[in-house]
Amino acid sequence: MTAVAAAVAPPKSKGIKKRVWPSYVAMGLFAIFFLFPVAIMVIGSLKADEVVIRDQTSLAAFNPSPFEAGSNYASAADTGNYFTSLRVSMIVSTVIVIGGMFVNSLFGYALARLKFKGQRFLLGLVVALIIIPFEALAVPLLLMMSEIQWTDTLRAQFLPFIAQPLYIYLFYSFFKGLPKELEEAAMIDGAGPYRTFFSVVFPLARPAYASAAILTFLYSWGQFLWPVMVARSAEVRPLPLGLTFFRGVPPVQWADLMAFATMMVLPVVIVFILFQRHFIEGVAGSGLKG
Amino acid sequence: MTAPAATTGDLEPSSPEPQSRERESRFSAGIIFSLPAALLLTLFMVIPFGFALVLSFTNRKLLSPLATRWVGFDNYVDVLTDSGFWGAIKNNLVFSIVTVPVQSALALLLAILVNQKLRGSVFFRVVYFLPITFSLSAASIIWLVLLNPSGMVNTVLEVFTFGAFSPDWLNNPTYTMAAVILVSLWASVGFQMVILLAALQDVPRVLYEAASVDGASAWGQFRNVTLPGIRHQLFFVITITMILSFRLFDQVWILPPRPGGPVDATNTIMVELVDTGFGAGQVGKGSAIAVLFFLLVLFLTIFQRRFEPKDL
Repeated sequence: MTAVAAAVAPPKSKGIKKRVWPSYVAMGLFAIFFLFPVAIMVIGSLKADEVVIRDQTSLAAFNPSPFEAGSNYASAADTGNYFTSLRVSMIVSTVIVIGGMFVNSLFGYALARLKFKGQRFLLGLVVALIIIPFEALAVPLLLMMSEIQWTDTLRAQFLPFIAQPLYIYLFYSFFKGLPKELEEAAMIDGAGPYRTFFSVVFPLARPAYASAAILTFLYSWGQFLWPVMVARSAEVRPLPLGLTFFRGVPPVQWADLMAFATMMVLPVVIVFILFQRHFIEGVAGSGLKG
Repeated sequence: MTAPAATTGDLEPSSPEPQSRERESRFSAGIIFSLPAALLLTLFMVIPFGFALVLSFTNRKLLSPLATRWVGFDNYVDVLTDSGFWGAIKNNLVFSIVTVPVQSALALLLAILVNQKLRGSVFFRVVYFLPITFSLSAASIIWLVLLNPSGMVNTVLEVFTFGAFSPDWLNNPTYTMAAVILVSLWASVGFQMVILLAALQDVPRVLYEAASVDGASAWGQFRNVTLPGIRHQLFFVITITMILSFRLFDQVWILPPRPGGPVDATNTIMVELVDTGFGAGQVGKGSAIAVLFFLLVLFLTIFQRRFEPKDL
């Protein structure tokens, strides 16, 4: 076994003997850089408000004492309206992700495989629209939303983000790259375009869906600029906006803010750790078009 | 050439010829599959985009009893002669000029580190990517604590500089942009790292073996094997970082004592856009900023297409 592995392994006689500790030192230092803000957030959420800043000058920053987690999290939930914002963020992100998967992949499939009039024009339009950043549309969209009195609604927060030219194009190129034989076989067996799509193409396209879903989710969960403009009342504030409004309630209670931030990132971090491979592959997939 | 109907996106089949049932169902399916996304794109992208162009030539306000009228290029003249706007452009440029090379290089370094076949490299990969799952707003709030004059950042700096250097990062305009850059780096370098990591894994191992047989040094391997092997994704990372850096908003809205502050030190094009189009309710002028911003992104995209590395 070992002999075979050694024979198959690339000849890196130098590489194996090469000292690995410099790499570990570098990786360790970077790990500290990326983790210590996370630690400060979690530990800060557990201790008394007045010591969060004061303890920063020593290692006491990492000691959750005096322990006041209960009142911090209670304040984030009550004064900070955490659960209202969680509900808003979950509804908005879910609709954007699921709706987006649905309409973008169907459109991508139609552009890649089905024949209809105007197809080439629509493909060109999708490619052109990729360039337009949402920010360039925000002001006229705000006017449109306020004309039809949609500000302060949840639909104003999700409807503009469901159809995304970038993901339509991603699905289009994915479907273009699939071998046609399976679909043709399904068609010969009498399956119409709908059955073919949902029972043959859809299962094959899981990686494309995973990639698009993860990127869409991270984007919609973190949305800030649009909610700043369109969400006024507390009932429609997504988490990022809820957090900044909570900060604006004087006097600033740092521990309560850290509690809010912890509750805000925790659901995503848990999902990320469970599916880290998919997350990383999903994001890596976005670079393929480079 | 193609029939005119093909360029107008006409949805009705004009005078259906006798077709096989299959082609016909593929045709109608094509329209049904396209319709939801095409409709949403029209309502929420095409129309607002056209609207932005039109509004930018009017004096339209968000809430105003006065009638809207055409003002020609007044909004553009207003914006382009406003020192606040040029200050924002300058801030965006400073941010980009620092962030694009530093973040791309750091992402590459991290990707190379975690690409080694070392025990625990998956753990480090996860750690470096972790901040991507935080939204920028949460990251900014956490860093408010760390960047406090007596925060952790200054505690560490004081150890290394023997107390000589501990600025008030967020209230001293000289240092605020540096703080914004630091937070942005922390919050988003993992994204570029992952893209470059995937690229590194696609470089054929044989090339490295051949190089080491030829006695190439580690640096020689990096220059002659790694860099050419990942040039497409590296170029993608650099250009996407550049385009994203011009959208800088969340951090400069949250970190300073007031958005874009102190004294406009972190004012960006996006802050100008929101302040004008939403804060002041000047939809016309805000639309002009939006159009100028679009032209900037368009320029960067054309630049990207033009200089994209060609296959050898």
